[in-house]
Amino acid sequence: MSGSTLSLHRPFKDRSFGLVRKFLRINWLFVMCVCALAGIGYVALYSAAGGSTTPFANSQLIRFCTALIMMLAIAMVDIRIIAKAAWPSYVLGIVLLVVVMKFGHTGLGAKRWMSVGGVEIQPSELMKLFLVLALAAYFHKASHERIGNVFFLLPAVAAIALPVGLILKEPNLGTAVITAAIGATVMLGAGVRWWKFAIVIAVIAIAAPVLYHHLHDYQRARIITFLNPGSDPLGAGYNIIQSKIALGSGGFSGQGFLHGTQNQLNFLPEKQTDFVFTIIAEEFGFIGSIATLALLFMIVVIALYTAMRSENQFGRLVALGIATNFFLYCFVNLSMVMGLIPVGGVPLPLISYGGSALTAVMLGFGVLMSVHVHRDAEFAVDEF
Amino acid sequence: MKRDTKKQPGFTKRALLIGTAQAAIFGAIGTRLYKLQVDEHSKYQLLAQHNSISERLTAPERGLITDRFGVVLAGNQQHWRALFMAAQAPDPASVLDNFAKLVPLDDDERARIAADISGRPGYIPVLLKDYLEWPEMAALEVNTPNLPGVIVEVGTSRVYPFGDGFAHPVGYVARPDQAEAKANNVLALPGMRVGRSGAEAANDDVLRGSPGYVQTETNVHGEVVRQVAHDNGIPGQTVALSLDTGLQNLAVQALGTQAGAAVVLDALTGEILAMASNPGFDPGLFDKGIPADVWKGWMADPMHPLQNKAIAGLFAPGSTFKPTVALAALKYGSLTPEKILTCTGSLQLGDHVFWCDNHIAHGSINVTTALQVSCDVFFYQVALGVGVDRIAEMAHTLGIGVDLQLDIPHAAPGSVPTIAWAAARGVHWAPGNTVVQGIGQGYTQVTPMALATMIARVATGIEVGPHMARRIDGNLQDGSDVGDWPALDVDDRHLAVIRQALFEVVNTPSGTAYASRLDLPNVQMAGKTGTAQVHDNTAAEKQKNFNDATMPWADRPNGLFVAFAPYAAPRYACAVIVEHGLFGAQVAAPIAKQLMTYALTNDPAGRDTPLTTKVSDAGMPL
Repeated sequence: MSGSTLSLHRPFKDRSFGLVRKFLRINWLFVMCVCALAGIGYVALYSAAGGSTTPFANSQLIRFCTALIMMLAIAMVDIRIIAKAAWPSYVLGIVLLVVVMKFGHTGLGAKRWMSVGGVEIQPSELMKLFLVLALAAYFHKASHERIGNVFFLLPAVAAIALPVGLILKEPNLGTAVITAAIGATVMLGAGVRWWKFAIVIAVIAIAAPVLYHHLHDYQRARIITFLNPGSDPLGAGYNIIQSKIALGSGGFSGQGFLHGTQNQLNFLPEKQTDFVFTIIAEEFGFIGSIATLALLFMIVVIALYTAMRSENQFGRLVALGIATNFFLYCFVNLSMVMGLIPVGGVPLPLISYGGSALTAVMLGFGVLMSVHVHRDAEFAVDEF
Repeated sequence: MKRDTKKQPGFTKRALLIGTAQAAIFGAIGTRLYKLQVDEHSKYQLLAQHNSISERLTAPERGLITDRFGVVLAGNQQHWRALFMAAQAPDPASVLDNFAKLVPLDDDERARIAADISGRPGYIPVLLKDYLEWPEMAALEVNTPNLPGVIVEVGTSRVYPFGDGFAHPVGYVARPDQAEAKANNVLALPGMRVGRSGAEAANDDVLRGSPGYVQTETNVHGEVVRQVAHDNGIPGQTVALSLDTGLQNLAVQALGTQAGAAVVLDALTGEILAMASNPGFDPGLFDKGIPADVWKGWMADPMHPLQNKAIAGLFAPGSTFKPTVALAALKYGSLTPEKILTCTGSLQLGDHVFWCDNHIAHGSINVTTALQVSCDVFFYQVALGVGVDRIAEMAHTLGIGVDLQLDIPHAAPGSVPTIAWAAARGVHWAPGNTVVQGIGQGYTQVTPMALATMIARVATGIEVGPHMARRIDGNLQDGSDVGDWPALDVDDRHLAVIRQALFEVVNTPSGTAYASRLDLPNVQMAGKTGTAQVHDNTAAEKQKNFNDATMPWADRPNGLFVAFAPYAAPRYACAVIVEHGLFGAQVAAPIAKQLMTYALTNDPAGRDTPLTTKVSDAGMPL
């Protein structure tokens, strides 16, 4: 990177980076993909309401527009400010998790939600982003040698274990696993040796039966019905069966907009949230679902590209974590909808109805765009 | 130190590896989607339809039964009823509770409904309540949201516009019993009826039709969203009977309050033009349910209203059997038309005396006169001469004591004894048995339908068989056309002798039925009276000659009459029995006269050849 070329490659020290320039440096292809997915979500929610903009589609649109503005705003926040806010936000996230455990609403047998100024938030969603930021900040200043040191890694492992444990207590098995996976991915990106992961995985594999013993009944039921969905067709397995029927009956080109019987006749409860993908798949068929899948993958690809393109370690790890978070959202939700993994309250980001996941994801995308905008910034450890 | 973060070795490699893994997983998801949505589409499509489309069968409308001129004898009337598709209700028990709050159901009905729900496939709705009243209808409509799976629809019930008088020939329908419903799902459909007697039973398969279906789309709560498709099925076919409503009504009226039966046949085809059996009953009750007191009344009635006496009532033929005896004797030569036998008023056989009617001595007479005056002693001798087996053989030829292959269920063949028949029953056959056989008493049991068949065959020389289904779905049935029947295996000359004698019975002053000769110009009836005792009379009764109206009703003899007309070109045959009505000439012959007069005046057979063929008083064509 030579400083003789355009301002794009100027050293980060130049603080005169104007807002307009930053705005233009945002990855607009990415923004278009995000908006396209939100558009698909709008159509799906319109259909979920039986061909009506209420109660889902319009309110979700308003949420999305708000979140989009928030994302664009965060995109222009200096990456170093974000880096400095990493640990404080992590602490905030932990506090919120504790608060929600003590005072949150119970939904579907789990304490996950809390209300802040009338806005429902799910601290575990925010926690994933905050953990990524904290880990990225932690490894930002780490040299190759230090990363090889097991004792250097222990605080990072603790930083992952604390929120994962709290989320498990909610209890929210799905999000806990995702959170742990994101933390692990960030550590992997930071250069932690492969064999260390192998040891951790081996330990988990041995510990799994013991953990299973301590799972809540409904969590075990999920695992059992996942293994044999036909065993309880109107209980927990019901969702999986109906979801697969919705996908399969869509066929290649779909039943047609507003003509999916599974959707329109309410065979799937709460389809506008976790099972929103079934609406797209049933009414627009394989074409619709593969197009959605492609857009989701585009987001992941651009996020990973952003990670590789970033000149600073913090930005790389943050982008990697955010890409992984989004990827895991998609993977868990789609696998669940197709009956590949047990049902767990994981929405399809940008498409599912609901504010909490959308806000968290868009917040992450704001940070991601900030990484992208400040991709050429090189800042030293001491600049923190 | 400051710049070492820039060249983090392996980050790009690791990021690419992670990216590749994620891409592979996305690829796997896409592949899985392809398998689900494209490869296994048809399987899930079916499941989705099964989820949302519920199909139920609907009962076809039962075919009409009409008389030969299209007058409806059995039709359908619409009413409202409530059905239940239990599979569409998330909680059937609570739906039934809600329903019972609006439309009362007694315990029996609830038990039946529960049995029906558990015992039937999901596409067969269960009847909740038939014949809904308007307020019930309205209440059900208002409460539809609380009644998922409940369907209010128009059903049909069977109606019989002519009621009692036609109950025997037309028959009735009833709900299928549990065993039938189990054996045939279609019969489990609410509104399906099974013919139980008469034409309803005989033609049940063509009257029934094929069920249709309604496909409705229901949501997850079982509420019907819309009707997807429907098929009315195939309604039952119309069955036109050979009956003439006017003639049937007349027969019922003529019998009046008396127990008995009257049959009028088209003598050339065997078509049944009238088949009255008195008393009748209300056939519509079987569809709706028979009140207990009505049922008890029927069972206790000595006149047996539920029995179709025309085809299932077994009676001694009395003197109406004499033409058969004569024909048997003529065939085997023990009798000739000219042969003279002497009646002294009684016949001594061993230590038993067989009296002639009223102990009258008819003197020396031939067969013609013997039939004309109905001399018993003459036929005692004829019977002894020809033998019981040959009488039975002739009776069978003429349609007596054989299965007539009627297209009406529950017909009895009757019986004419033979030596072997008696031996099989441990009866010692004495000559005296043969003697009473000569006058149609003793073991001979006939139905009015058999007598009508006999007289039709004697009249036409054709082996006609009685039958009632004339047209099914407009197609004329076999046997309904002249020429469909073979010639009778009886010598025409012998038949002519008998016809001549029967002509004289009605048309000569000394004939037993002279009082019932027709008042029509240019056309005459021939016939034979009969008065049959119903049991072995006691000595005291014999002294009274069993003609006393002071006897208990059930002990009085049956009055019979068989006839055909016109004499010269027979077209109609008729048999009438008035149970315990005393003399056939007095009670049965006048009814036959009315029926023949109607038939000859209105000519329901409607042939091209003229009816009027005047013959001389001696029975010779003019």
